[in-house]
Amino acid sequence: MRVGIGLPTTVPGMDGRAVVEWARRAEAGPFTSLGVLDRLVYDGFDALAAVAAAAAVTERVRLVTMVAVAPLRNTAILAKTAASIDSLSGGRLVLGLGVGARHEDYAAAGVDHRTRGRRFTDQLAALRQHWESGSFGPTGARRRGPELLVGGQSDQAFTRVARYADGYVHGGGPPRAFARAADKARAAWSDLCRPGRPLLWAQGYFALGDAATLTAAADYLRHYYAFTGPFAEKVAAGLLTSPQAIAQFLQGYAEAGCDELVLLPAVGGLDQIDRLAEILEPMGEPRASPAGTREAAT
Amino acid sequence: MKIAILGGGPAGLYCGLLIKKAHPTHEVTIVERNPADATYGWGVVFSDRTLAAFQEADYPTYRAIIDNFVIWDEIATHYHGATIRAGGHVIAGIARKLLLGILRERCADLGVPVRFDTEIHDLSELSAADLVIGADGVNSLVRQTHAAVFRPRVENGRARYIWFGTDRAFDCFTFIFRESAHGLFQVHAYPFGGTTSTFIVECDEATWRRAGLDTAGEAESIAFCEALFADDLRGCRLFSNNSKWINFPTLKTATWHHGNVVLLGDAAHTAHFSIGSGTKLAMEDAIALANALEHRSGQGIGGLEAALGEYELDRRPVVETLQAAARESRDYFEHVSRYLHLAPEQFTFHLLTRSGRVSYDDLRVRDARYVDALDRWYAARHGPPPATALDGAAAPDDAPVGRDASVGHDASGRSDGKSAPGHHASDGANRVRPALALIAPPPVFAPLTVRASTLPNRVALACAADGSARDGLAGEGHRHQLRVRSGSGVALVLTEPLAVSADGRVTSGDAGLYRPDHVAAWTEFVREARALGSARFAAVLGHAGRRGAMRPRRDGLDRSLADGGWPLIAASAVPYTLATPTPRAMDRADMDHVRDAFERAARMADEAGFDMLVLHAGHGYLLGSFISPLTNLRADEYAGPIAHRLRFPLEVLAAARAAWPAAKPLAVAFSVTDCAPGGLAPDDAVAVAAAFAARGADLIHVLVGQTTPDAEPIYRRGFLTPFSDRVRNEARVATLVGGYITTTGEANTLLAAGRADLCLLDPPELTEGAGAIESAAAWESDALGERARRVDGHTAATAAQGKPAARKGARVHP
Repeated sequence: MRVGIGLPTTVPGMDGRAVVEWARRAEAGPFTSLGVLDRLVYDGFDALAAVAAAAAVTERVRLVTMVAVAPLRNTAILAKTAASIDSLSGGRLVLGLGVGARHEDYAAAGVDHRTRGRRFTDQLAALRQHWESGSFGPTGARRRGPELLVGGQSDQAFTRVARYADGYVHGGGPPRAFARAADKARAAWSDLCRPGRPLLWAQGYFALGDAATLTAAADYLRHYYAFTGPFAEKVAAGLLTSPQAIAQFLQGYAEAGCDELVLLPAVGGLDQIDRLAEILEPMGEPRASPAGTREAAT
Repeated sequence: MKIAILGGGPAGLYCGLLIKKAHPTHEVTIVERNPADATYGWGVVFSDRTLAAFQEADYPTYRAIIDNFVIWDEIATHYHGATIRAGGHVIAGIARKLLLGILRERCADLGVPVRFDTEIHDLSELSAADLVIGADGVNSLVRQTHAAVFRPRVENGRARYIWFGTDRAFDCFTFIFRESAHGLFQVHAYPFGGTTSTFIVECDEATWRRAGLDTAGEAESIAFCEALFADDLRGCRLFSNNSKWINFPTLKTATWHHGNVVLLGDAAHTAHFSIGSGTKLAMEDAIALANALEHRSGQGIGGLEAALGEYELDRRPVVETLQAAARESRDYFEHVSRYLHLAPEQFTFHLLTRSGRVSYDDLRVRDARYVDALDRWYAARHGPPPATALDGAAAPDDAPVGRDASVGHDASGRSDGKSAPGHHASDGANRVRPALALIAPPPVFAPLTVRASTLPNRVALACAADGSARDGLAGEGHRHQLRVRSGSGVALVLTEPLAVSADGRVTSGDAGLYRPDHVAAWTEFVREARALGSARFAAVLGHAGRRGAMRPRRDGLDRSLADGGWPLIAASAVPYTLATPTPRAMDRADMDHVRDAFERAARMADEAGFDMLVLHAGHGYLLGSFISPLTNLRADEYAGPIAHRLRFPLEVLAAARAAWPAAKPLAVAFSVTDCAPGGLAPDDAVAVAAAFAARGADLIHVLVGQTTPDAEPIYRRGFLTPFSDRVRNEARVATLVGGYITTTGEANTLLAAGRADLCLLDPPELTEGAGAIESAAAWESDALGERARRVDGHTAATAAQGKPAARKGARVHP
């Protein structure tokens, strides 16, 4: 399992320069990807704009939206933007899409919330057509388009994964919740005769540091997830705040078959990158050695 | 804080005492409509896990409960004259009256007043309370008052049932199935108090009416049931407590709290009595609510709301999981007459695993002797035919396969009062039986005889659509897939669907069986793979119909080729998606061509050395497009009622069957539901399966959906099993089923229960963690390498055991 880190585009106090600096620092760390959340009516950055900026200051890490709320966007423009970022990043974009969970985002975008599912399905069918047609360019974008992931917990989400996408991106929770969702994605994939198996991405929140840092992190999560009601408390309670919590979380996800787990920061300090790197580095393989020579730390 | 609790049942009393214990300063009052001496119901049951929760929540009540309960760990099933007992299900029963007494006493000790005989007509009478807890049962006034917020939905079960008590002290949880002249009646009975038992009688509506119980009074109902179950009651009596025949109402509510009002137990949710959990859920709710209130104490009105939210968040997933299991259980009892052809061993196992919560492996842990006996029965019953059958039958009566055999039919029903595994010698005394084995392998390792072919076990693997064929000619990818699967220990390997003609391919990379060089390639692949293991090989034949001329499946499904496509044909001129071409509606000449193509492919499959044929008539492909009313819009004799829609598929089956050797088995795959409104009806699906069986299909490969795009089932582990269960046990035809089953444990569960006869496993490459798309073939190369390294014969079913040959473990390598 590969491990990525989130870009703090929705945590308080991060201006544009700080986000770009975070991306630059993360590139130097032991992370394979940079993940971004997406939300319209909230104090934060547009997911695709943030990923484009990160593309400019990184060379190695993959850039993943988890997830961009597709129905809010015009399909052709989404296809064009994604292809552009794919080229700008040298083919490092992983486009995770979903319907999102917030009415107010739809109201603000002037998009009918009730028909979001149908619209999303049509978008998924159309995106690949746009990319493959080649009529949007740009030079350097992959002809088949970026890897396409679908997120969500509904029954239809798993059908969409298997019909249209390359994989599934999970929205968070304990490993057993991921394992159940992964089973559904694999079941759909197998039933619909897709070759190989679905890519499986996932995410979890972390914050490392003193009590004040952890309090700020939990407050942010409560605020971000306030729209879910009491569930926000559960999200805050799931925050990973210690090396062993992170190690156990990684172990659980790896065992459940996750391909890449992105740890999202719940506070924006740059020290978070180094603190997380310190925890991850002893777990992984020495970066110089060939892959597959060492089993995981348990 | 002032807390008013409506309802003095177990939930209300327990919640009241727990809150008071944590916060002695709170003013907690319980209001009960009935007088103190009134009680209804007989016994209630708790699992050991619930008792552990009681122990943690309040030790004195726990102590009093365990001092008074009856504990047992067996479930006995009385059916067809046999009794089968399975142990390890620890359950405690206590008289409801006694439980209420314990809780009331504890309330009194802690200073929680209970106002009996007090009817509340309007919640405004409780306006002085800071918190109103509605523990007032399934007809909750609290819930009804705020019905617009709680939005209750009640779904009534279709069966009729009635609660009785009896002075017959059963020694454990007991199911009794009794067939009468009017139909089937079943009893759920469990002991409490040492001298009494709860005795619930249930039957379907039609049986109930036939027996005249719809017009019977209480005394008549008792007399009827006492007579019907005289053997089981052994002279003991049934007692009523204002008992009525009712339908079980399953209640769900959109939310459980509103402002300072919260619902508890039956007021918020109910679950069918057959998993015995109403009081358990209610008391667990009480614990969770009391905990949440304690957690948020001192945080004012905001804290109260947060606590109620937390309570619901904590409990709802548990309750919903249990409601889902209860629904499965309720459905089972509503349709149990479907299973009366099963022998007692299988019937009991099916019953015990009905809700999907208990598996073969769980039962083995709970009672190894019971499962050993089941294994012996399964092996003896489903084993190969005795070599010296005196009557010369090709297969024994218990080989459940073939058009003339009813599935596992065994009505012998001798009564020896205990289970007699492997000993269901039916009346044919002139038949030599295999010796009774002392040890037997689990069901997946039982052989299966179909016509002259005996599969060494019950596990099949399918090859994935490889996409590498050129002009239908299979290549190295196909050879490789076949080799790997053959060496995996499974009994049967299915090819990818092979097109019967060039225009019958789904993608241009699909393999076919319509040219001599195709036959030559498959002859070689099958011969080679056969040398690597004991597997048999099945050629799956299909025609894509309107799902033809698609791009490779790598980048998504059902996307038409931009160039190089070919004209499509189907039952009717309806495109698969808005973006795919409209097929031509087939005329009689097209039908002749397609039929002949299937016939020719069947002959070629025989020539290539395949052991079994599978006709693909599902997933919206050509034959399937005739079966579904959504895609067959023809106006001729091949459309209309199901018998007409089946005409062409049956014609193809007859042609293929005639071209295929009589000694070799043939299966038909079809979508037993379209997963869409207006699609194939379940009853019709049973008729379709029976019709295929009558025309020579030995097995039905159960599929669902894909008739139209975006009409797929709810995907989860084993999602096809319920469909297979229904087809097998109603059409009485052997089934092959997949549906994302990845372990032998799951396979054993569904085989032992008679939900299918053969299990299609998803190979470990789909279940392994490490790697990405690129490494999808890793398991295959590893598996081959592994096999090459082995020297002895212990390769049996490496894949079947769900144990990939090369498990990489969880590697975290940033």
